[in-house]
Parts: sequence; C-alpha cells; structure tokens
Amino acid sequence: MKILFYGYGNPGRQDDALGIRFIEQMEIWIKKNGYKNISFDSNYQLNIEDADTISEHDIVFFVDASMEQLEGFIVTEVEHSNAQVEFTMHAISPGVVLSLCKQIYEKAPQAYLLHIKGFEWELEFNKGLTEQGEKNLDEALKFIQNKLPEIMRDSFKF
Amino acid sequence: MSKKITIEPVTRVEGHGKVTIHLDDNNQVEQSRLHIVEFRGFERFVQGRPYWEAPVLVQRLCGICPVSHHLAAAKALDVIVGAGTGDGLTPTGDKMRRLMHYGQMFQSHVLHFFHLASPDLLFGIDGDPALRNVVGIAIKHKELAVQAVMMRKYGQEIIKATAGKKIHGTGAIPGGINKHLTQAEKDYLLNGDDPMNIDKMIDWSLGALEFFKGYHAQNKDLIDKFAAFPSSHVSLVRKDGAMDLYHGVLRGVDSEGNKVLNDVDYQDYLQYIDEEVKSWSYMKFPYLRSIGKKDGWYRVGPLARMNTCDFIPSPLAQKEFEIFQAYTNGKPNGMSMHMHWARLIEILHSAEMMKELLNDPDLMSGELTVTGTKGREGVGLLEAPRGTLFHHYRINNDDQIEMANLIVSTTNNNTPMNTAVNLAAKQFMNGQTEITEGMMNAVEVAIRAYDPCLSCATHALGKMPLEAIILDANGKELDRKLKNG
Repeated sequence: MKILFYGYGNPGRQDDALGIRFIEQMEIWIKKNGYKNISFDSNYQLNIEDADTISEHDIVFFVDASMEQLEGFIVTEVEHSNAQVEFTMHAISPGVVLSLCKQIYEKAPQAYLLHIKGFEWELEFNKGLTEQGEKNLDEALKFIQNKLPEIMRDSFKF
Repeated sequence: MSKKITIEPVTRVEGHGKVTIHLDDNNQVEQSRLHIVEFRGFERFVQGRPYWEAPVLVQRLCGICPVSHHLAAAKALDVIVGAGTGDGLTPTGDKMRRLMHYGQMFQSHVLHFFHLASPDLLFGIDGDPALRNVVGIAIKHKELAVQAVMMRKYGQEIIKATAGKKIHGTGAIPGGINKHLTQAEKDYLLNGDDPMNIDKMIDWSLGALEFFKGYHAQNKDLIDKFAAFPSSHVSLVRKDGAMDLYHGVLRGVDSEGNKVLNDVDYQDYLQYIDEEVKSWSYMKFPYLRSIGKKDGWYRVGPLARMNTCDFIPSPLAQKEFEIFQAYTNGKPNGMSMHMHWARLIEILHSAEMMKELLNDPDLMSGELTVTGTKGREGVGLLEAPRGTLFHHYRINNDDQIEMANLIVSTTNNNTPMNTAVNLAAKQFMNGQTEITEGMMNAVEVAIRAYDPCLSCATHALGKMPLEAIILDANGKELDRKLKNG
C-alpha cells in the first residue's frame, strides 16, 4: 500500500498555505512514528504532470485550503472529471489529475481531497496562517493521524 | 437601444478578467473590452524590505511563473550589488540562471500548448466542451497527452535542480547563484531513463512542431485569419540580434519591420516606455513614448520575439524560424494564432539550449557570485514565457527597498489582447443576442493565444465560473450563461 499526501497552495498568501503546512507537519509526524511507504509532495497548484506523480500510488490525499462554508475541514472522495478549459486556467483540479492519470496509465489511485477551511488570502508580511486556519489545520492533522492505521488497510474507504 | 454582453469569471483574491461586448441597435458588435483586475499591490508590499529578500519575495506574486519573477528580481539586484547589468556574472552564475530560465520557458509553453491551446485546435473552437480539454486529448490523442505530462515534468525537474526546490526557490541571489549542478542531476537530466532525458525532449518538441504545421496546412483560415492584426512588437534580443530569452537589449519593430526601438539599454526603459491609465480597466496600457499613446502600443511574447530577432542561436530552432519567417516573406507576422507556432519554436529552442548547458562544465564548478561597487537602483528584464517582464527597484541607505516598479508581460499585451477580443467578437457575435458556448470560447481563444496570467496566485478551493451576461442599456438582463470551473 503506497500512500501520497499532496498539498498545494501559495505559501505567501496566508491561509492559502494550509495545504503546504499540512504536508510539512504530517511529514515530520510520519518520520517520528516510523510509518513506511508514505510519500509527500507539494506545489503552488496541481498540474498535468501530477498525473504521473499519482500513478505510482494506491491512495492519494490532495490537501488544499478551502473558502467553502465548512466546519473546520472535510474529506471528500475525488471524482474523475473532464474540466473545461477556462478563461486562462493554468492549474487543474484533483478530478482532472485523476482522469488524466486513468487515461494515460490505465489505472488510478483511490483519491481523496482534504479541504481545510481558510479565512484570509492576502500578501502580508509577518502574517502566516490565521488563528482559525491554524486551528483547522491542527484538527485536520489529528484526524488524519488517528485514521492512518485504518487508511493503510487494503479495503479502506472514506 | 444598445446592449452589453459581459463575460466575467468570478474569482476571490487576485485579479480577474471579464469581457464586455457592446451591441448596437442592430445587434452588431460596437466595441469589446477586456477588463483585467490584476493584483498591483506588490510594489507597496516590498517597500521597506531588505533588498536581498526580493528574489524570494516576488515568488509570492504568482504561482504560475515564479521563476521568471525570481530571475528578473535577481537581475535588478545584480545591478545594485555592482555585479553588472546582466552580463557581469561568473560563467557559472550566468549559465545556471539560464538553465533555470529555459526550464521555466519549456514547461510553461508546453502547458499552454497542450493543455490550453491544442484542445481548441483538435476539437474545434465550437467543439464539444466535454471533450475540448486535456482529458479529451488523452482520450483521443493519448500520445500527445503523454508528451505533455512528461515534458512538463522534465521542465519542473530542471527548475528543481537549479532553483533548489519547486516552491519559493532560492537559486538566484543578488550577484549570482547559490548552487552548482551536481553530477547526479546532470546525469539524470541529460541521460535519464526514457522518456526523461533531453534528447527525448528535443524529439518531442520537433514532433509538436510537425503536428502544428500539419494542422496549419489544413486549417489556414483559422490559423491565419482569426484575430489577425498588424502591430508593433517588442522584446529583448542579444546585442548581435540573436534571440536571447534571458538577457539583451530592447528592440522594437513596427508592422513593416522598421525599428522603433533601436537596441536600447533596458536600464533606461523609462525613457522609452510609459504606461497609460484608462478608466475602464485596472491594468495599465504600456506604449512607446516615441510613437505616443494612441499608436505606440506593442505586442510582447513568442510572436513578438520571432518578429524582433534576426536569428535563433540553436540549429533546429533556427531551421524552424526560417520556415516561420518565410511564411510572411520576412515581414513581421501579426497573426494571433501564429503565437502557437512561435511558442512551439521556443519550446524547441529551450530544449536545445538546455542540452547545450547541461553539457557545459561551468555548471558544476566555478565561482558562484560576484560583487562590486554597490548602487542604489537597478532594472532587471527578461523574456518570460508570456513576454517581456520588467522589475525595477531602488533602495535607501538602510538597504531597504524604497521603490519598486513592475511591468508584467500580461500588462504589456493589454492593448493587443483587447484588439484580439474585439476582432473575435465581431467575427462570432455580430447579429447575436444570445451567447452560445462556442461564441464564448471564440473570445476566450483570442485571449488565450496571448497566454495571459490572471487568476493563479491563489487558488484555494472554490468555484471559478465564467459568466456571460447580456444587458440592455437599462441594465435589464437579456441572457446569461454560466460555465463552472
């Protein structure tokens, strides 16, 4: 069982860094707790080459900041998607990454998206995550860490 | 009674674009405008920060071309630390930065062509939107999708090896670079397992060009006539007139090929270029002072670079450049869709230059930085994927940035994009009161040719729909179309 945690966002814009911070903290925790076959990646946004990145894994957790109306965080299953080409979109959604992977490699991992609720998105010095964003990140981390033994079982599904 | 059609993507934080199309009483397109609310607070954001932070800080501006901002800022700061005005670095510093830049150019152009442009070509401007996307390409033309994914990945690996990491890279520093290329990195990038090696990247770049030329031969009306218009063109060129995407002098040519900016030193760019403000857009309109506000606008980017340079200093791209030039008998090419052709030639050129650099021993040893007599002000320019990028900084006695001025590529292309939108709207929307998806896409195709970067600096989850609304002169809504993101 190979698991990938992939966080994305612009770490220079307050809560847009939630996905990246999740990966940093989760990676430290995984090393400390000796789990194997778990890898990490992060970037500003998802893009077409990530179809190759996810193709070698059984389960992928995309992690992103969210401005949706959420209570803290949620995990949703990623559905395959053919996104339309938008105005000038230079990034793609987890669903498109998954679909592209399936079309090219004729296989695709089980994929989930961890949405962590964020609040502020400005370019500000000395302003990292908001207090509430930090709290949501901690709760999301604890949730996934507690769930990890279950996730690593072959038949796991959220 | 006149009517107005609005195509508006709703975004959250960074700038967004919308298109308004004004119809007259006979439903003929009277005027079309692309309004861009671009993030422009960055100049204030860096004020008061130590100057050496700028190359890293500027990457907060945009998650799409952070490498271009990183390098343009570093070039401006080279001037401030006394390391020359673009040609004073050590061979290692200069070549590592160039490798980083070609990696960025390669992966950015690949993304644009395969992800954004090729679906319009392969499935048609009014093709089924459910298929007209990169996944549709994977379904119908799998080999192209595989190439797109692996070419993007290769470019990202070049950036990682030269900038140090994918996010907020630190490779370029004032006066040089902070690392050499390792033997392992060199071996991997030059001779990696198929397909991750530079020879495969060159092969695929040639293949993409052949694909485009074949398509062009069968679709001349679309490629030659869609949103075609004459204009001036501006870019950097090497002092001998060669294409140089990293450094050079500023050259401008008019639609007949006459020089309107004669290989000038970009440290003096304010003498030659000014920006006009218009009430209906937050984005400024740059123009050449010598020609004036009305007619002094110009295009930047791949098409402009083909029109300004005398030759391309890599053999395979030069051969393609000769074919490109011959198509317009050596005259500047004003066809917006030929931007794609030009972009593909630059992909090939970037791949060839990466191969040359990866074989250069200077990347693996030698002095990394130089310093000289410190100054207070510096300008850094380079040819970013979307066009000429200007960074200008002045510092105070405490080494803090007291002034910053950026003219980004998309701003340089403001008037050309508006012109292209107007032409596309007239071609597809005259006589219409309802907007079809195909009409909306036609307008988008005109804008996409310029590959503007509008909406990418933050992207936290949330919808980014594209909305089209028709309003009459009294504000009554006549039609609305929504395209979900």
